Amino acid sequence: MMDALGEPQSVLVLGGSSEIALATVLALPRARLRRVVLAGRPSPALDEAATQLTSAAIAGVSTVGFDAADTASHGDVIGRVFDEGDVDLVIMAFGVLGDQAEAEADPDTAVAMATVNYTGAVSAGLRVAACLRAQGHGALVVLSSVAGQRARRSNFVYGSTKAGLDAFAQGLGDALHGSGARVLIVRPGFVRTRMTEGLEEVPLTIDPGDVAGIIVSALRKGRETVYAPGPLRYVMAGLKMVPRPVFRKLPI
Amino acid sequence: MTTSPLARRSGERLVSGWGRTTPSAATIVTVDDADAVTAAVRGAGRRGVLARGLGRSYGDAAQSGGGSLLDLGRLATIDLDTAGATVTTGAGVSLDTLLRVLVPAGFFVPVTPGTRMVSVGGAIAADVHGKNHHRDGTFGSHVLRMTVVDGRGEVVVLDPVTTPDRFWATVGGMGLTGVILDATFDLIPISSSLISVDTERGTDLDDVMDRMVARDDEYRYTVAWVDTAHPSGRGVLTRGDHAPADWLSGSAARDPLGFAPKPLATVPPLVPGGLVNPLTLRAFCEAWYRKAPRHRVGELQPLGTFFHPLDFLRDWNRGYGPGGFVQYQIAVPDGAADLVRLTLDRLRSIRAFSAVTVLKRFGAANPAPLSFPQPGWTLAVDVPAGVDGLAQVLDSLDERVVAAGGRLYLAKDSRMSPEMMAATYPRLAEWQRVRDDMDPHGVFTSDLARRLSL
Repeated sequence: MMDALGEPQSVLVLGGSSEIALATVLALPRARLRRVVLAGRPSPALDEAATQLTSAAIAGVSTVGFDAADTASHGDVIGRVFDEGDVDLVIMAFGVLGDQAEAEADPDTAVAMATVNYTGAVSAGLRVAACLRAQGHGALVVLSSVAGQRARRSNFVYGSTKAGLDAFAQGLGDALHGSGARVLIVRPGFVRTRMTEGLEEVPLTIDPGDVAGIIVSALRKGRETVYAPGPLRYVMAGLKMVPRPVFRKLPI
Repeated sequence: MTTSPLARRSGERLVSGWGRTTPSAATIVTVDDADAVTAAVRGAGRRGVLARGLGRSYGDAAQSGGGSLLDLGRLATIDLDTAGATVTTGAGVSLDTLLRVLVPAGFFVPVTPGTRMVSVGGAIAADVHGKNHHRDGTFGSHVLRMTVVDGRGEVVVLDPVTTPDRFWATVGGMGLTGVILDATFDLIPISSSLISVDTERGTDLDDVMDRMVARDDEYRYTVAWVDTAHPSGRGVLTRGDHAPADWLSGSAARDPLGFAPKPLATVPPLVPGGLVNPLTLRAFCEAWYRKAPRHRVGELQPLGTFFHPLDFLRDWNRGYGPGGFVQYQIAVPDGAADLVRLTLDRLRSIRAFSAVTVLKRFGAANPAPLSFPQPGWTLAVDVPAGVDGLAQVLDSLDERVVAAGGRLYLAKDSRMSPEMMAATYPRLAEWQRVRDDMDPHGVFTSDLARRLSL
């Protein structure tokens, strides 16, 4: 159970090796934390994530096999985690960035990206929501992206998956309103992670730890949508107003 | 048509404690009689069943996410035995309703908390205490017998002589051993509805505590309010007893047992956060201290004024705004009296000022394994949940409370760790054995039970 001062006892991370999710778990108040489940494809990165949490003195860390693209398995995996006890916080952090040119050249790559980022999230999100709904409390953090706010020529395949995910998460949050369960949508900009390694940084670039701090604070305040960093809210609001003939010529 | 698992179920409501901090959704089931309770227990779903009274526990004791909450408000019988000075009431009867019957008949409840808005079932389940604890013990200590539906759906009668284990596991058992249907308990005969009150100020915390130690025994009812905003810990002591009818004069003497308390005002449902802030709390504390007489003896006060200051402002918990508040109530032995000052100092250091601050001496404990009071001091403070650094300060105070052999009150708690629960209620395992016996399938549960691994 989450306590009166917002300290969770149990956390499930879907996409357990995500650097942002890992930083978020590390940034959570941990005095009451007694169970952290990292769900992801078995990999050295997943084990390394678990080790990192355990060595940060977080109790009850375990890993469980979870493949975002294998939607048929989601019900079992998520159901089992909830069967073992209430989950106060679920962080849905899986996702792939991919390369736009490659996606354009090989549509199968684009489909794979959509399957993980959107289809997988719809599958896992609905199943998590039903479990939170049944236990009558809990929060789902959805890692969206500013890329979903307006499609850009340079990464519209990725952007469209995040646009779908974002719209899905908004509706899910409204469906859960008043049920004790809630959804927090996080829209990061450029974050320095393995996923963005080698890409050219842009203004307002931040680290996973910065996103984590924003998430923890937004959870405590009961926010529904948050940008990371915060000022991106205004940047995106501005960009949405730009007419398309101009927008498509912007160097972004 | 497919029913969405996300859709709201009928009877479902978002429920929180009085502190309004961690709501969860549950299905409210209004029951009319024992059969309905039995049916609800036998038909319990995976998320269990719990009786909820008037929701005055501050934390998550009377909520159960995904479960069924039984509303026993219709179990409202009151059967007064004037010759025996006892009463048998339905569990859903509030002390407010009960006192409106008892007082005109010349009786008072054996124990009352700071509000009349608690149910008899809740008073037993939380084993509430009042200003007479040092002399009369808790509410549960005055219960002669009660009817309970256990986890098998069986109706059983419990009393302290023939079924002591089950009886005392249910007193203070936070509703986790069964659903109380009715109870019979002792009453205090009174000849007037007024309290003769002596008021004095203590210039600092030591002075307040010294005065309490020196003369509490001379009074049936005693309590002190402490100024949390003032570094001295100054306070106001109020102590008294029921006034005999022949002390009354004027209009009071014509109707010595008159009792018609009314709330003065209701706090509106939408209060912006931050209305209760360090500035307003400081001003309140200063005014509260100043308005108390330095020393006054034998003032005749209505029952409500003396016992139930929390009832003058209806829905006062909304005053803390949407962020809610926590109450921190400790009980520590006399040897750890310094923890009272430490608690006040630490909270003041993060500007967590409290308006409703109660200091009281406890008398002997009763046999209930989860009953809160133990001999020594108890201090209760209300603090807005949004105060920065509150979690760390309370966690560090917890460590001192554990080390001192003290504990926190489950009816107030909303943030203790399961480890602290086990350490400070050493008879927890004994209680769990009786509970498992009464509720072998784990039907009764609450968010508090989940949080504390009860």
